[in-house]
Amino acid sequence: MQGTVSGRDLLEPRSLADAVKMLRDEGPLVPMAGCTDLYVALNFGTLRPTRFLNLWNLDTLRGIEARGQTLRIGALTTYTDLITSGVIRRRLPMLAAAAREVGGVQIQNRGTLGGNVANASPAGDTLPVLLAADTSVVLRSAAGTRRVPMTSFYTGYRQTAARPDELIVNFEIPTVRGRQWFRKVGTRAAQAIAKIVVAGVWDKARVRARPRLAMGSVAPIPLRLSQTEQALSSGASLAEAQTILQREIAPIDDLRSTEEYRRQVAANLLGQFCAEALRR
Amino acid sequence: MRLTVNRETMTVKAHPLTRLLDVLREECGLTGTKEGCGEGECGACTVLVDGEAVNSCLVPVAQVQGRRITTIEGLGGTHPLQRSFVVHGGAQCGICTPGMIMAAAALGPRPSLEEIRIGLAGNLCRCTGYSAIYRSVQRASRR
Repeated sequence: MQGTVSGRDLLEPRSLADAVKMLRDEGPLVPMAGCTDLYVALNFGTLRPTRFLNLWNLDTLRGIEARGQTLRIGALTTYTDLITSGVIRRRLPMLAAAAREVGGVQIQNRGTLGGNVANASPAGDTLPVLLAADTSVVLRSAAGTRRVPMTSFYTGYRQTAARPDELIVNFEIPTVRGRQWFRKVGTRAAQAIAKIVVAGVWDKARVRARPRLAMGSVAPIPLRLSQTEQALSSGASLAEAQTILQREIAPIDDLRSTEEYRRQVAANLLGQFCAEALRR
Repeated sequence: MRLTVNRETMTVKAHPLTRLLDVLREECGLTGTKEGCGEGECGACTVLVDGEAVNSCLVPVAQVQGRRITTIEGLGGTHPLQRSFVVHGGAQCGICTPGMIMAAAALGPRPSLEEIRIGLAGNLCRCTGYSAIYRSVQRASRR
């Protein structure tokens, strides 16, 4: 371990109310959940001197609940919780599919949905799913609660709309109608960070239904592809939609892939989505 | 801080942010758990927390107070998985072996080959090519 823990503080809130008070009065603090991203940075010595807020014992932030038209998922819900949940399998199978592709079992047992969203990596596996599902991020501070649509939650590379005194407490997802679709392209099935990750929904039962499509690892933030969606719903050909997609994404060369490869694969995935989401 | 490791209650003095891996090896003297990559990639440091496999290099010790921790030492040396890894060539250089066995121990009593592949996907081995490891886990569950 190259990083050190000496001189770093850990605050231990006993309740959610306690946690948001600490954020207001004793910040800046870094909220700590399953640590599957945080401790990688800590171990490598790339984390700046920081004080942490331990959320792990706040059980009110765990759980999956379907009430009426809304599915509510607590921020501390782990990938394993998502994979094994009957509610998720029935109502949001693309989220279970994404959770199965995160790391290996050890990471899935500790990593949380709230952590994936807060970490704000453009490659986060669950983020295109939450975008395509029209998710609202529920933020709590000592001053109250507010909801931010996922589509405006990311404001720049690793930047979010959450203020330093706010915690992600849960996610609200309206009923998703239509076929759900998820693909991750990486070097291997487990333990790989995505070269491209994509989620989509298309309700073929409704005439002229607008598909919903989101991609990760193709821009500084995970992207909802609204122009491509618009093109598909107004009857554009696949080639036309692929041209629009190329204008909408902005992939780069990095250690995992190249811009050229990502552009080609993004176009191929759009073709697969159109073929598979529309298939009966 | 009080921890329950291999059914024994221990008091440790570590900073609450210390990695569980370091507490196990340096304070508890349980060096069977290995450090490989230190970034949750290789699974060499796998231990069980309340029966679930975790990478102990990514767990602050503060988060396992009051939980049941099981390390490779907790299997006692004669566990069917340990014997099977010896008999069926599941171990070569040995660095991944404790993590492999702990990840396998978290699986149900008779895992299918597919369940073994998924359950061990977070454990890397550079010697065996995995076939011998899968075979070791399968044969252990047949006993």
